[in-house]
Amino acid sequence: MNSLFEYLIRLGDDSLILGHRLSEWCGHGPVLEEDIAMTNISLDLIGQTTSIFEYAGKVEGKGRSEDDIAFLRYQKDYKNLLLVERPNGDFGVTMMRQFLFDAFRKPLFERLVNASDAQLSAIAAKSLKETIYHLRHSSEWIIRLGDGTEESHQRIQDALDELWKYTAEMFVEDEVDESLLADGILPSMKGLKEEWMATVNSVLEQATLTIPTNNWEQHGGRNGKHSEHLGFILTELQYMQRAYPGMEW
Amino acid sequence: MKKEQDISELERKFQEKIDQDIKIEPKDWMPDNYRKTLIRQISQHAHSEVVGMLPEGNWITRAPNLRRKAVLLAKVQDEAGHGLYLYSATETLGADREDCIDDLHSGKAKYSSIFNYPTLTWADMGAVGWLVDGAAIMNQVPLCRCSYGPYARAMVKVCKEESFHQRQGYEIMMALAAGSVEQKEMAQDALNRFWWPSLMMFGPPDEDSKHTKQSMDWRIKRHSNDELRQMMVDITVPQAEAIGLTIPDADLKWNEEKGGYDYGEIDWDEFWNVVKGNGPCNKDRIDTRRKAKENGAWVREAANAHAEKRKARKLRRAS
Ligand SMILES: [Fe+2]
Ligand SMILES: [Fe+2]
Repeated sequence: MNSLFEYLIRLGDDSLILGHRLSEWCGHGPVLEEDIAMTNISLDLIGQTTSIFEYAGKVEGKGRSEDDIAFLRYQKDYKNLLLVERPNGDFGVTMMRQFLFDAFRKPLFERLVNASDAQLSAIAAKSLKETIYHLRHSSEWIIRLGDGTEESHQRIQDALDELWKYTAEMFVEDEVDESLLADGILPSMKGLKEEWMATVNSVLEQATLTIPTNNWEQHGGRNGKHSEHLGFILTELQYMQRAYPGMEW
Repeated sequence: MKKEQDISELERKFQEKIDQDIKIEPKDWMPDNYRKTLIRQISQHAHSEVVGMLPEGNWITRAPNLRRKAVLLAKVQDEAGHGLYLYSATETLGADREDCIDDLHSGKAKYSSIFNYPTLTWADMGAVGWLVDGAAIMNQVPLCRCSYGPYARAMVKVCKEESFHQRQGYEIMMALAAGSVEQKEMAQDALNRFWWPSLMMFGPPDEDSKHTKQSMDWRIKRHSNDELRQMMVDITVPQAEAIGLTIPDADLKWNEEKGGYDYGEIDWDEFWNVVKGNGPCNKDRIDTRRKAKENGAWVREAANAHAEKRKARKLRRAS
Protein backbone atom coordinates (compact mmCIF):
# COMPACT_ATOMS: atom_id res chain seq x y z
CA MET A 1 0.00 0.00 0.00
CA ASN A 2 1.17 3.50 -0.85
CA SER A 3 0.77 5.44 2.38
CA LEU A 4 0.86 8.89 0.82
CA PHE A 5 -1.84 7.89 -1.64
CA GLU A 6 -3.95 6.50 1.17
CA TYR A 7 -3.44 9.64 3.22
CA LEU A 8 -4.49 11.87 0.33
CA ILE A 9 -7.58 9.75 -0.23
CA ARG A 10 -8.63 10.26 3.38
CA LEU A 11 -7.98 13.98 3.20
CA GLY A 12 -9.78 14.35 -0.12
CA ASP A 13 -12.74 12.20 0.83
CA ASP A 14 -13.41 14.37 3.88
CA SER A 15 -13.59 17.40 1.61
CA LEU A 16 -15.62 15.65 -1.06
CA ILE A 17 -18.28 14.16 1.17
CA LEU A 18 -18.71 17.23 3.37
CA GLY A 19 -18.80 19.41 0.24
CA HIS A 20 -21.52 17.15 -1.10
CA ARG A 21 -23.54 17.38 2.10
CA LEU A 22 -23.31 21.18 2.19
CA SER A 23 -24.33 21.43 -1.43
CA GLU A 24 -27.57 19.67 -0.55
CA TRP A 25 -28.55 22.87 1.28
CA CYS A 26 -28.44 24.99 -1.85
CA GLY A 27 -31.80 26.76 -2.14
CA HIS A 28 -33.03 25.52 1.23
CA GLY A 29 -31.07 27.65 3.71
CA PRO A 30 -32.66 29.56 6.61
CA VAL A 31 -31.71 32.90 5.02
CA LEU A 32 -30.31 33.79 1.62
CA GLU A 33 -27.02 34.86 3.20
CA GLU A 34 -26.56 31.32 4.49
CA ASP A 35 -27.36 29.80 1.11
CA ILE A 36 -24.47 31.87 -0.15
CA ALA A 37 -22.16 31.00 2.74
CA MET A 38 -22.83 27.27 2.61
CA THR A 39 -22.42 27.13 -1.16
CA ASN A 40 -19.20 29.02 -0.77
CA ILE A 41 -17.83 26.55 1.75
CA SER A 42 -18.99 23.68 -0.41
CA LEU A 43 -17.17 25.23 -3.37
CA ASP A 44 -13.97 25.50 -1.33
CA LEU A 45 -14.28 21.87 -0.32
CA ILE A 46 -14.87 20.70 -3.88
CA GLY A 47 -11.86 22.76 -4.95
CA GLN A 48 -9.75 21.08 -2.26
CA THR A 49 -11.00 17.69 -3.42
CA THR A 50 -9.91 18.47 -6.95
CA SER A 51 -6.35 19.43 -6.08
CA ILE A 52 -5.94 16.62 -3.55
CA PHE A 53 -7.16 13.92 -5.96
CA GLU A 54 -5.20 15.35 -8.87
CA TYR A 55 -2.13 14.86 -6.75
CA ALA A 56 -3.29 11.47 -5.46
CA GLY A 57 -3.59 10.30 -9.07
CA LYS A 58 0.01 11.31 -9.73
CA VAL A 59 1.25 9.67 -6.56
CA GLU A 60 -0.53 6.47 -7.46
CA GLY A 61 0.88 6.52 -10.97
CA LYS A 62 -1.86 4.49 -12.63
CA GLY A 63 -3.16 7.31 -14.76
CA ARG A 64 -6.31 7.94 -12.76
CA SER A 65 -7.69 11.48 -12.96
CA GLU A 66 -9.22 13.42 -10.06
CA ASP A 67 -12.65 12.54 -11.44
CA ASP A 68 -11.85 8.83 -11.67
CA ILE A 69 -10.90 8.91 -8.02
CA ALA A 70 -13.83 11.05 -6.89
CA PHE A 71 -16.53 9.22 -8.83
CA LEU A 72 -15.41 5.72 -9.62
CA ARG A 73 -14.67 3.86 -6.44
CA TYR A 74 -16.78 1.46 -4.45
CA GLN A 75 -18.13 2.46 -1.07
CA LYS A 76 -15.51 0.60 0.98
CA ASP A 77 -12.75 2.49 -0.84
CA TYR A 78 -13.99 5.86 0.38
CA LYS A 79 -12.09 6.78 3.55
CA ASN A 80 -13.86 9.84 4.90
CA LEU A 81 -14.72 10.35 8.55
CA LEU A 82 -18.14 9.10 9.59
CA LEU A 83 -18.77 12.63 10.86
CA VAL A 84 -18.88 14.20 7.40
CA GLU A 85 -21.36 11.70 5.99
CA ARG A 86 -23.89 12.41 8.76
CA PRO A 87 -27.14 13.71 7.30
CA ASN A 88 -27.65 17.48 7.32
CA GLY A 89 -30.47 17.33 9.87
CA ASP A 90 -31.56 20.84 10.81
CA PHE A 91 -29.31 23.86 10.39
CA GLY A 92 -27.98 23.26 13.90
CA VAL A 93 -26.75 19.75 13.08
CA THR A 94 -25.14 21.03 9.89
CA MET A 95 -23.35 23.85 11.70
CA MET A 96 -22.23 21.63 14.58
CA ARG A 97 -20.85 19.05 12.14
CA GLN A 98 -19.08 21.87 10.34
CA PHE A 99 -17.68 23.41 13.50
CA LEU A 100 -16.32 20.15 14.92
CA PHE A 101 -14.70 19.46 11.56
CA ASP A 102 -13.34 22.99 10.92
CA ALA A 103 -11.84 23.09 14.42
CA PHE A 104 -9.92 19.93 13.46
CA ARG A 105 -9.01 20.94 9.93
CA LYS A 106 -7.46 24.27 10.87
CA PRO A 107 -4.70 22.91 13.12
CA LEU A 108 -4.31 19.97 10.75
CA PHE A 109 -3.61 22.21 7.75
CA GLU A 110 -1.37 24.40 9.92
CA ARG A 111 0.78 21.32 10.44
CA LEU A 112 0.55 20.06 6.87
CA VAL A 113 1.85 23.39 5.60
CA ASN A 114 5.18 22.17 7.03
CA ALA A 115 5.04 18.84 5.22
CA SER A 116 8.31 18.09 3.44
CA ASP A 117 6.24 17.09 0.43
CA ALA A 118 5.98 20.35 -1.51
CA GLN A 119 2.71 19.52 -3.23
CA LEU A 120 0.97 18.56 -0.01
CA SER A 121 2.32 21.67 1.67
CA ALA A 122 0.95 23.88 -1.12
CA ILE A 123 -2.47 22.25 -0.95
CA ALA A 124 -2.50 22.73 2.82
CA ALA A 125 -1.53 26.40 2.56
CA LYS A 126 -4.42 27.19 0.23
CA SER A 127 -6.88 25.08 2.21
CA LEU A 128 -5.80 26.66 5.47
CA LYS A 129 -6.84 30.12 4.30
CA GLU A 130 -10.26 28.77 3.41
CA THR A 131 -10.60 26.79 6.63
CA ILE A 132 -9.88 29.83 8.80
CA TYR A 133 -12.90 31.50 7.25
CA HIS A 134 -15.04 28.33 7.57
CA LEU A 135 -14.16 27.99 11.24
CA ARG A 136 -15.02 31.59 11.95
CA HIS A 137 -18.37 31.17 10.24
CA SER A 138 -19.30 27.92 11.99
CA SER A 139 -18.06 29.14 15.41
CA GLU A 140 -20.20 32.25 15.16
CA TRP A 141 -23.26 30.17 14.42
CA ILE A 142 -22.60 27.78 17.31
CA ILE A 143 -22.41 30.75 19.66
CA ARG A 144 -25.50 32.43 18.20
CA LEU A 145 -27.56 29.26 18.34
CA GLY A 146 -26.31 28.18 21.76
CA ASP A 147 -26.78 31.60 23.29
CA GLY A 148 -29.89 32.46 21.30
CA THR A 149 -33.37 31.26 22.24
CA GLU A 150 -34.36 28.35 24.43
CA GLU A 151 -35.33 26.38 21.35
CA SER A 152 -32.09 27.05 19.50
CA HIS A 153 -30.08 26.20 22.59
CA GLN A 154 -31.83 22.86 22.90
CA ARG A 155 -31.46 22.07 19.20
CA ILE A 156 -27.76 22.84 19.06
CA GLN A 157 -27.12 20.94 22.28
CA ASP A 158 -28.94 17.96 20.74
CA ALA A 159 -26.74 18.30 17.66
CA LEU A 160 -23.61 18.23 19.82
CA ASP A 161 -24.90 15.17 21.70
CA GLU A 162 -25.61 13.41 18.41
CA LEU A 163 -22.26 14.16 16.76
CA TRP A 164 -19.84 13.95 19.65
CA LYS A 165 -19.11 10.25 19.29
CA TYR A 166 -17.85 10.77 15.73
CA THR A 167 -15.11 13.22 16.71
CA ALA A 168 -12.59 10.73 18.14
CA GLU A 169 -12.00 9.27 14.68
CA MET A 170 -10.33 12.49 13.59
CA PHE A 171 -7.34 11.80 15.82
CA VAL A 172 -6.63 8.15 15.20
CA GLU A 173 -3.14 7.53 13.91
CA ASP A 174 -2.70 4.17 12.23
CA GLU A 175 0.01 2.55 10.12
CA VAL A 176 -0.62 5.02 7.28
CA ASP A 177 0.17 8.03 9.45
CA GLU A 178 2.98 6.20 11.22
CA SER A 179 4.80 5.28 8.04
CA LEU A 180 4.49 8.83 6.65
CA LEU A 181 5.75 10.22 9.94
CA ALA A 182 8.61 7.77 9.99
CA ASP A 183 9.59 8.70 6.42
CA GLY A 184 9.45 12.36 7.35
CA ILE A 185 6.75 13.07 4.76
CA LEU A 186 4.24 14.18 7.37
CA PRO A 187 5.26 16.65 10.05
CA SER A 188 4.53 15.77 13.66
CA MET A 189 0.88 15.99 14.62
CA LYS A 190 1.77 16.64 18.24
CA GLY A 191 -0.78 18.77 20.06
CA LEU A 192 -3.40 18.45 17.31
CA LYS A 193 -6.11 17.04 19.53
CA GLU A 194 -5.31 19.46 22.36
CA GLU A 195 -5.61 22.41 20.02
CA TRP A 196 -8.91 21.10 18.70
CA MET A 197 -10.16 20.59 22.23
CA ALA A 198 -9.17 24.14 23.21
CA THR A 199 -11.13 25.61 20.29
CA VAL A 200 -14.11 23.42 21.06
CA ASN A 201 -14.06 24.31 24.75
CA SER A 202 -13.78 28.01 24.12
CA VAL A 203 -16.62 28.13 21.56
CA LEU A 204 -18.91 25.81 23.49
CA GLU A 205 -18.39 27.86 26.61
CA GLN A 206 -19.41 31.07 24.83
CA ALA A 207 -22.36 29.15 23.42
CA THR A 208 -23.29 27.91 26.91
CA LEU A 209 -23.23 24.31 25.67
CA THR A 210 -22.11 21.20 27.53
CA ILE A 211 -19.92 18.41 26.23
CA PRO A 212 -21.82 15.11 26.57
CA THR A 213 -20.61 12.78 29.28
CA ASN A 214 -21.00 9.70 27.09
CA ASN A 215 -17.51 9.07 25.75
CA TRP A 216 -18.39 6.32 23.31
CA GLU A 217 -16.26 6.58 20.15
CA GLN A 218 -17.69 5.55 16.81
CA HIS A 219 -15.00 4.63 14.31
CA GLY A 220 -15.06 3.11 10.83
CA GLY A 221 -14.87 5.65 8.02
CA ARG A 222 -11.07 5.77 7.82
CA ASN A 223 -11.06 2.03 7.16
CA GLY A 224 -13.95 2.10 4.71
CA LYS A 225 -16.55 0.85 7.16
CA HIS A 226 -19.26 3.41 6.67
CA SER A 227 -22.75 4.19 7.88
CA GLU A 228 -25.76 3.44 5.71
CA HIS A 229 -25.77 7.06 4.60
CA LEU A 230 -22.71 6.97 2.38
CA GLY A 231 -24.30 4.57 -0.10
CA PHE A 232 -27.00 7.11 -0.88
CA ILE A 233 -24.51 9.94 -1.19
CA LEU A 234 -22.55 7.87 -3.70
CA THR A 235 -25.69 6.95 -5.59
CA GLU A 236 -26.23 10.61 -6.37
CA LEU A 237 -22.59 11.56 -6.68
CA GLN A 238 -21.80 8.76 -9.11
CA TYR A 239 -25.07 8.70 -11.00
CA MET A 240 -23.86 10.27 -14.24
CA GLN A 241 -20.51 8.48 -14.30
CA ARG A 242 -22.18 5.13 -13.71
CA ALA A 243 -25.11 5.67 -16.08
CA TYR A 244 -22.92 7.02 -18.91
CA PRO A 245 -19.55 5.34 -18.43
CA GLY A 246 -16.45 6.78 -19.99
CA MET A 247 -17.91 9.97 -21.42
CA GLU A 248 -16.55 13.49 -21.45
CA TRP A 249 -18.68 16.22 -19.92
CA MET B 1 -51.26 67.45 1.48
CA LYS B 2 -49.81 68.90 -1.67
CA LYS B 3 -52.01 70.79 -4.03
CA GLU B 4 -52.82 69.14 -7.31
CA GLN B 5 -50.90 71.85 -9.10
CA ASP B 6 -47.75 71.07 -7.12
CA ILE B 7 -48.06 67.40 -7.90
CA SER B 8 -48.34 67.98 -11.59
CA GLU B 9 -45.35 70.30 -11.38
CA LEU B 10 -43.39 67.55 -9.59
CA GLU B 11 -44.46 65.04 -12.16
CA ARG B 12 -43.40 67.33 -14.96
CA LYS B 13 -39.95 67.78 -13.42
CA PHE B 14 -39.70 64.05 -12.77
CA GLN B 15 -40.47 63.22 -16.39
CA GLU B 16 -38.00 65.87 -17.51
CA LYS B 17 -35.24 64.18 -15.55
CA ILE B 18 -36.17 60.85 -17.03
CA ASP B 19 -36.16 62.26 -20.52
CA GLN B 20 -32.68 63.65 -19.93
CA ASP B 21 -31.54 60.25 -18.67
CA ILE B 22 -30.85 61.58 -15.19
CA LYS B 23 -31.12 58.73 -12.68
CA ILE B 24 -33.85 58.76 -10.08
CA GLU B 25 -32.41 58.09 -6.63
CA PRO B 26 -34.20 56.72 -3.52
CA LYS B 27 -34.63 60.12 -1.85
CA ASP B 28 -35.95 61.87 -4.97
CA TRP B 29 -39.62 62.54 -5.40
CA MET B 30 -41.32 59.99 -7.63
CA PRO B 31 -44.93 59.27 -8.59
CA ASP B 32 -46.58 56.58 -6.50
CA ASN B 33 -47.15 54.44 -9.53
CA TYR B 34 -43.52 54.60 -10.56
CA ARG B 35 -42.57 53.40 -7.09
CA LYS B 36 -45.17 50.64 -7.14
CA THR B 37 -44.24 49.49 -10.62
CA LEU B 38 -40.60 49.29 -9.64
CA ILE B 39 -41.28 47.44 -6.40
CA ARG B 40 -43.40 44.96 -8.32
CA GLN B 41 -40.83 44.48 -11.06
CA ILE B 42 -37.72 44.35 -8.87
CA SER B 43 -39.23 42.02 -6.28
CA GLN B 44 -40.48 39.72 -9.06
CA HIS B 45 -36.99 39.78 -10.41
CA ALA B 46 -35.56 38.96 -6.97
CA HIS B 47 -38.02 36.09 -6.55
CA SER B 48 -37.01 34.74 -9.96
CA GLU B 49 -33.38 34.67 -8.92
CA VAL B 50 -34.17 32.79 -5.74
CA VAL B 51 -36.72 30.36 -7.14
CA GLY B 52 -34.36 29.95 -10.08
CA MET B 53 -31.81 28.39 -7.73
CA LEU B 54 -34.00 25.32 -7.36
CA PRO B 55 -34.08 23.76 -10.84
CA GLU B 56 -30.30 24.01 -11.03
CA GLY B 57 -29.68 23.22 -7.39
CA ASN B 58 -31.45 20.01 -8.30
CA TRP B 59 -28.38 18.79 -10.22
CA ILE B 60 -25.48 19.93 -8.04
CA THR B 61 -25.17 16.62 -6.19
CA ARG B 62 -25.37 14.74 -9.51
CA ALA B 63 -23.02 16.85 -11.62
CA PRO B 64 -20.92 14.54 -13.80
CA ASN B 65 -17.47 15.71 -12.75
CA LEU B 66 -15.76 17.94 -10.21
CA ARG B 67 -15.24 20.87 -12.56
CA ARG B 68 -18.87 20.98 -13.66
CA LYS B 69 -19.97 20.62 -10.06
CA ALA B 70 -17.85 23.59 -8.99
CA VAL B 71 -19.03 25.74 -11.88
CA LEU B 72 -22.67 24.91 -11.20
CA LEU B 73 -22.24 25.64 -7.49
CA ALA B 74 -20.67 28.98 -8.31
CA LYS B 75 -23.49 29.80 -10.68
CA VAL B 76 -26.27 28.98 -8.26
CA GLN B 77 -24.44 30.93 -5.59
CA ASP B 78 -24.40 33.94 -7.91
CA GLU B 79 -28.16 33.68 -8.29
CA ALA B 80 -28.57 33.85 -4.52
CA GLY B 81 -26.38 36.96 -4.58
CA HIS B 82 -28.56 38.48 -7.32
CA GLY B 83 -31.59 37.81 -5.14
CA LEU B 84 -29.92 39.69 -2.29
CA TYR B 85 -28.97 42.78 -4.34
CA LEU B 86 -32.44 42.95 -5.76
CA TYR B 87 -34.22 42.62 -2.44
CA SER B 88 -31.97 45.44 -1.22
CA ALA B 89 -32.98 47.51 -4.24
CA THR B 90 -36.67 47.05 -3.33
CA GLU B 91 -35.85 48.20 0.19
CA THR B 92 -34.53 51.50 -1.17
CA LEU B 93 -38.09 52.03 -2.40
CA GLY B 94 -39.52 51.43 1.05
CA ALA B 95 -40.52 47.79 0.56
CA ASP B 96 -39.74 45.19 3.19
CA ARG B 97 -37.81 42.07 2.14
CA GLU B 98 -39.82 39.75 4.39
CA ASP B 99 -43.14 41.15 3.15
CA CYS B 100 -42.01 40.65 -0.43
CA ILE B 101 -41.08 37.05 0.34
CA ASP B 102 -44.42 36.44 2.03
CA ASP B 103 -46.13 37.70 -1.12
CA LEU B 104 -44.15 35.17 -3.11
CA HIS B 105 -45.17 32.36 -0.80
CA SER B 106 -48.83 33.34 -0.78
CA GLY B 107 -48.87 33.41 -4.57
CA LYS B 108 -49.57 37.14 -4.68
CA ALA B 109 -46.20 37.93 -6.24
CA LYS B 110 -45.04 36.28 -9.43
CA TYR B 111 -41.66 35.06 -10.60
CA SER B 112 -40.37 34.00 -13.98
CA SER B 113 -42.49 31.10 -15.20
CA ILE B 114 -39.53 29.33 -16.73
CA PHE B 115 -38.60 28.00 -13.31
CA ASN B 116 -41.82 26.03 -13.16
CA TYR B 117 -40.39 23.58 -15.67
CA PRO B 118 -38.48 20.59 -14.30
CA THR B 119 -34.80 19.89 -14.93
CA LEU B 120 -34.81 16.24 -15.96
CA THR B 121 -31.32 15.54 -17.23
CA TRP B 122 -27.82 16.94 -16.96
CA ALA B 123 -28.32 18.55 -20.37
CA ASP B 124 -30.95 20.76 -18.79
CA MET B 125 -28.11 22.50 -16.92
CA GLY B 126 -26.76 23.33 -20.34
CA ALA B 127 -30.10 24.42 -21.76
CA VAL B 128 -30.96 26.53 -18.73
CA GLY B 129 -27.63 28.36 -18.73
CA TRP B 130 -27.59 28.86 -22.46
CA LEU B 131 -31.23 29.79 -23.03
CA VAL B 132 -32.64 30.96 -19.71
CA ASP B 133 -29.63 32.98 -18.62
CA GLY B 134 -29.30 34.02 -22.25
CA ALA B 135 -32.84 35.40 -22.21
CA ALA B 136 -32.20 36.98 -18.82
CA ILE B 137 -29.22 38.86 -20.28
CA MET B 138 -31.35 40.07 -23.15
CA ASN B 139 -33.89 41.40 -20.65
CA GLN B 140 -31.36 42.80 -18.22
CA VAL B 141 -28.74 44.53 -20.34
CA PRO B 142 -31.19 47.34 -21.16
CA LEU B 143 -32.05 47.53 -17.44
CA CYS B 144 -28.48 48.67 -16.74
CA ARG B 145 -29.73 51.99 -18.15
CA CYS B 146 -33.02 51.91 -16.26
CA SER B 147 -34.11 55.26 -14.84
CA TYR B 148 -34.01 54.07 -11.24
CA GLY B 149 -30.41 54.32 -10.03
CA PRO B 150 -30.18 51.44 -7.53
CA TYR B 151 -31.86 49.02 -9.96
CA ALA B 152 -29.63 50.09 -12.83
CA ARG B 153 -26.51 49.66 -10.71
CA ALA B 154 -27.61 46.25 -9.41
CA MET B 155 -28.13 45.19 -13.02
CA VAL B 156 -24.61 46.17 -14.05
CA LYS B 157 -23.23 43.78 -11.44
CA VAL B 158 -25.75 41.07 -12.27
CA CYS B 159 -25.21 41.22 -16.03
CA LYS B 160 -21.49 40.55 -15.73
CA GLU B 161 -22.26 37.33 -13.91
CA GLU B 162 -25.10 36.38 -16.21
CA SER B 163 -22.79 36.28 -19.17
CA PHE B 164 -20.61 33.75 -17.33
CA HIS B 165 -23.79 31.74 -16.65
CA GLN B 166 -24.79 31.80 -20.28
CA ARG B 167 -21.33 30.71 -21.33
CA GLN B 168 -21.10 27.81 -18.89
CA GLY B 169 -24.50 26.61 -20.13
CA TYR B 170 -23.50 26.78 -23.76
CA GLU B 171 -20.24 25.03 -22.92
CA ILE B 172 -22.17 22.15 -21.37
CA MET B 173 -24.24 21.90 -24.56
CA MET B 174 -21.11 22.04 -26.72
CA ALA B 175 -19.56 19.17 -24.82
CA LEU B 176 -22.73 17.11 -25.13
CA ALA B 177 -23.23 17.90 -28.78
CA ALA B 178 -19.68 16.77 -29.47
CA GLY B 179 -20.14 13.64 -27.40
CA SER B 180 -21.72 10.22 -27.75
CA VAL B 181 -25.07 9.44 -29.36
CA GLU B 182 -26.70 9.43 -25.90
CA GLN B 183 -25.20 12.78 -25.06
CA LYS B 184 -26.34 14.37 -28.32
CA GLU B 185 -29.81 13.03 -27.74
CA MET B 186 -29.80 14.40 -24.24
CA ALA B 187 -28.78 17.84 -25.51
CA GLN B 188 -31.40 17.89 -28.26
CA ASP B 189 -34.10 16.77 -25.85
CA ALA B 190 -33.22 19.58 -23.43
CA LEU B 191 -33.32 22.12 -26.24
CA ASN B 192 -36.70 20.77 -27.34
CA ARG B 193 -38.14 21.22 -23.89
CA PHE B 194 -36.62 24.60 -23.06
CA TRP B 195 -36.82 26.42 -26.39
CA TRP B 196 -40.42 27.59 -26.30
CA PRO B 197 -40.57 28.35 -22.57
CA SER B 198 -37.42 30.46 -23.04
CA LEU B 199 -39.11 32.53 -25.74
CA MET B 200 -42.07 32.97 -23.41
CA MET B 201 -39.71 34.54 -20.85
CA PHE B 202 -40.03 37.88 -22.65
CA GLY B 203 -43.67 38.03 -21.75
CA PRO B 204 -46.86 38.22 -23.84
CA PRO B 205 -46.88 39.70 -27.33
CA ASP B 206 -46.75 43.50 -27.44
CA GLU B 207 -50.43 43.87 -28.29
CA ASP B 208 -51.39 42.06 -25.04
CA SER B 209 -48.79 43.55 -22.74
CA LYS B 210 -50.48 45.89 -20.30
CA HIS B 211 -47.39 47.36 -18.63
CA THR B 212 -45.17 48.10 -21.60
CA LYS B 213 -46.19 51.62 -22.64
CA GLN B 214 -45.93 53.34 -19.24
CA SER B 215 -42.72 51.47 -18.39
CA MET B 216 -41.18 52.64 -21.66
CA ASP B 217 -42.11 56.27 -20.88
CA TRP B 218 -40.50 55.90 -17.48
CA ARG B 219 -37.46 54.24 -19.02
CA ILE B 220 -37.85 51.21 -16.83
CA LYS B 221 -38.18 49.31 -20.03
CA ARG B 222 -36.38 50.16 -23.23
CA HIS B 223 -37.49 47.51 -25.68
CA SER B 224 -40.82 45.81 -26.18
CA ASN B 225 -41.33 42.13 -25.40
CA ASP B 226 -41.44 41.20 -29.08
CA GLU B 227 -38.29 43.16 -29.91
CA LEU B 228 -36.37 41.34 -27.19
CA ARG B 229 -37.78 37.99 -28.28
CA GLN B 230 -36.66 38.65 -31.84
CA MET B 231 -33.15 39.48 -30.62
CA MET B 232 -33.07 36.24 -28.65
CA VAL B 233 -34.09 34.15 -31.65
CA ASP B 234 -31.60 35.87 -33.94
CA ILE B 235 -28.72 35.33 -31.57
CA THR B 236 -29.57 31.78 -30.53
CA VAL B 237 -30.36 30.10 -33.85
CA PRO B 238 -26.79 30.35 -35.18
CA GLN B 239 -25.46 29.14 -31.81
CA ALA B 240 -27.60 26.03 -32.09
CA GLU B 241 -26.49 25.48 -35.67
CA ALA B 242 -22.85 25.86 -34.72
CA ILE B 243 -23.03 22.81 -32.48
CA GLY B 244 -25.34 20.79 -34.67
CA LEU B 245 -28.55 21.07 -32.64
CA THR B 246 -31.94 21.71 -34.21
CA ILE B 247 -34.31 24.41 -32.99
CA PRO B 248 -37.67 22.65 -32.54
CA ASP B 249 -39.61 25.01 -34.81
CA ALA B 250 -40.68 23.88 -38.28
CA ASP B 251 -41.59 27.46 -39.22
CA LEU B 252 -38.21 28.93 -38.41
CA LYS B 253 -36.88 30.70 -41.48
CA TRP B 254 -34.42 33.49 -42.22
CA ASN B 255 -36.20 36.58 -43.45
CA GLU B 256 -33.83 38.55 -45.61
CA GLU B 257 -36.07 41.59 -45.69
CA LYS B 258 -36.25 42.13 -41.95
CA GLY B 259 -32.76 40.79 -41.36
CA GLY B 260 -34.00 38.34 -38.76
CA TYR B 261 -35.67 34.99 -38.37
CA ASP B 262 -39.38 34.36 -38.69
CA TYR B 263 -40.45 31.90 -36.08
CA GLY B 264 -43.52 29.83 -35.35
CA GLU B 265 -46.55 30.50 -33.20
CA ILE B 266 -45.91 30.51 -29.45
CA ASP B 267 -48.41 28.55 -27.39
CA TRP B 268 -49.70 31.38 -25.24
CA ASP B 269 -52.28 29.10 -23.60
CA GLU B 270 -49.43 27.14 -22.11
CA PHE B 271 -47.79 30.38 -20.96
CA TRP B 272 -50.92 31.69 -19.20
CA ASN B 273 -51.56 28.31 -17.64
CA VAL B 274 -48.11 28.19 -16.12
CA VAL B 275 -48.46 31.80 -14.94
CA LYS B 276 -51.76 30.88 -13.30
CA GLY B 277 -50.07 28.10 -11.36
CA ASN B 278 -50.64 25.10 -13.58
CA GLY B 279 -47.06 24.51 -14.64
CA PRO B 280 -45.35 21.21 -13.92
CA CYS B 281 -43.49 22.51 -10.84
CA ASN B 282 -45.28 25.63 -9.55
CA LYS B 283 -46.46 24.03 -6.35
CA ASP B 284 -43.18 22.23 -5.68
CA ARG B 285 -41.15 25.39 -6.11
CA ILE B 286 -43.25 27.49 -3.75
CA ASP B 287 -43.59 24.67 -1.23
CA THR B 288 -39.83 24.31 -1.20
CA ARG B 289 -39.26 28.00 -0.62
CA ARG B 290 -41.96 28.16 2.05
CA LYS B 291 -40.50 25.14 3.82
CA ALA B 292 -37.03 26.70 3.75
CA LYS B 293 -38.46 29.78 5.44
CA GLU B 294 -40.43 27.79 8.01
CA ASN B 295 -37.55 25.46 8.83
CA GLY B 296 -35.26 28.44 9.22
CA ALA B 297 -37.54 30.43 11.52
CA TRP B 298 -35.88 29.19 14.72
CA VAL B 299 -32.46 30.07 13.28
CA ARG B 300 -33.46 33.63 12.47
CA GLU B 301 -35.12 34.03 15.87
CA ALA B 302 -31.96 32.75 17.57
CA ALA B 303 -29.78 35.16 15.62
CA ASN B 304 -31.99 38.07 16.63
CA ALA B 305 -32.16 36.96 20.25
CA HIS B 306 -28.40 36.59 20.39
CA ALA B 307 -27.84 40.02 18.87
CA GLU B 308 -30.18 41.52 21.49
CA LYS B 309 -28.35 39.76 24.30
CA ARG B 310 -25.03 41.06 23.09
CA LYS B 311 -26.34 44.58 22.82
CA ALA B 312 -27.73 44.39 26.36
CA ARG B 313 -24.45 43.02 27.71
CA LYS B 314 -22.49 45.79 26.02
CA LEU B 315 -24.78 48.42 27.49
CA ARG B 316 -24.46 46.90 30.94
CA ARG B 317 -20.69 46.92 30.68
CA ALA B 318 -20.68 50.51 29.49
CA SER B 319 -22.85 51.77 32.37
FE1 LIG C 1 -29.28 35.83 -11.95
FE1 LIG D 1 -27.95 33.58 -14.02
